[in-house]
Amino acid sequence: MSQVKEVVTKPVFENNPIALQILGICSALAVTSSLKVALVMSLAVIAVTGFSNLFVSLIRHHIPNNIRIIVQMTIIASLVIVVDQVLKAFVYDLSKQLSVFVGLIITNCIVMGRAEAFAMKNAPGISFMDGIGNGLGYGAVLMFVGFIRELFGSGSLFGVEIFSLVNNGGWYVANGLMLLPPSAFFVIGLMIWGLRAWKKNQVEQPEFTIAPNTK
Amino acid sequence: MSTNNDTISKTLIVTISLCVVCAVLVSAAAVGLKPMQEANKALDMKSNILAAAQIEIQGQDINQVFDNQITARVLDLETNTWADDVDPLKLDERKAAKDPAAAITLSGDADQAGIKRHSRYKTLYMVKDGDKLQKLILPIHGKGLWSTLYGFMALEGDLNTIVGLGFYEHAETPGLGGEVDNPSWKALWPGKEVYADNPLDPAIGLIKGKVEQGTANAEHKIDGLAGATLTSNGVTNLVQFWLGENGYAPFLAKLRSGEV
Repeated sequence: MSQVKEVVTKPVFENNPIALQILGICSALAVTSSLKVALVMSLAVIAVTGFSNLFVSLIRHHIPNNIRIIVQMTIIASLVIVVDQVLKAFVYDLSKQLSVFVGLIITNCIVMGRAEAFAMKNAPGISFMDGIGNGLGYGAVLMFVGFIRELFGSGSLFGVEIFSLVNNGGWYVANGLMLLPPSAFFVIGLMIWGLRAWKKNQVEQPEFTIAPNTK
Repeated sequence: MSTNNDTISKTLIVTISLCVVCAVLVSAAAVGLKPMQEANKALDMKSNILAAAQIEIQGQDINQVFDNQITARVLDLETNTWADDVDPLKLDERKAAKDPAAAITLSGDADQAGIKRHSRYKTLYMVKDGDKLQKLILPIHGKGLWSTLYGFMALEGDLNTIVGLGFYEHAETPGLGGEVDNPSWKALWPGKEVYADNPLDPAIGLIKGKVEQGTANAEHKIDGLAGATLTSNGVTNLVQFWLGENGYAPFLAKLRSGEV
């Protein structure tokens, strides 16, 4: 049981796919301008990582080694299409905003990374939990970035007004940069800095040291 | 174990069965959820049309409100007459715009909205009171800064006063050009007049800054979007194009004189 807890909670802070492994940055930039969209994207990724790990693990003894990446891709791609169809059927408005990014979960390194690194070697149950854990780690970062971007970019959270905007007769001048993708770089960068200041063991060793000046 | 898996026959068996399972799963999801998706799409379009016409929904069923109040009819822009043989439910204007046989090609100055080609048939929506036209809702689109803006504009029965305007699809900069979605900006449109003297040459447009008391022709002018000059120009161009002589103006003239 403790192993289950570990694989679910570890990716959230200790081994976060975005903050430590620096995977899945692209979609983290694109879908975090509002919390609602970030939440739906997080749920979509959690579902895909969880189930792709489960299915890959179920057939791991039968996957031919030479084509294992393609087999994993096929499973992931099918799941992503199913998720996309479900979103279109049940939350049409949000799926319109997510547009291509749901489809791009296929190329999200987190999903394939977990399938290859964990699900190929472990039993289905624990693989499923590992997928959920990594999805949660991704989702946690998305929600954090989305919180900051929506609060300072639109003055609201989940569409509920927190700061009243100048455009609507209030006092808060919205920070337009926060609504543009580059701001997510700053937010994620600062977040990684904060996380590594807190958990010192995440700081990477420099790959090489600069030699002293020889005059 | 992995050596057994790498034989050609095992590889083929695994691949083929995996593909079959995945294909069934994907097709089942696509086919099974299709009716709901189509319903969502239609509902979205209907709520956009109702919003442009300033019809309050207030918790009522959108489909019901739409069916009670709105009539759809297809217009042929080539002849400027109704084309009742075209089914408004089956008309796909974006697909038609790509088909040279079903599209009108624009070039040079005529292409004010920057769209190059548009469908010959357009679906117009009407709110009627008995036989009298109360509101006419026109589909409009055109280039902004980054994207093509798609929307609806609703006119009063006099075919001059604006009831409302709304865009349902665009990809302008959030916070700048994206403010076309801001309810307080959209609220500036109702009551403005499209034409001044010439019914083929719309006077409506966005200006730089705010429309204040003493602004010349204030009844034809809307506040520009701050920090989004190119989107503002795009909106002016597309509105003027669609309400001008290459757009709906000749048809509106016929409608006013009672010819159609």
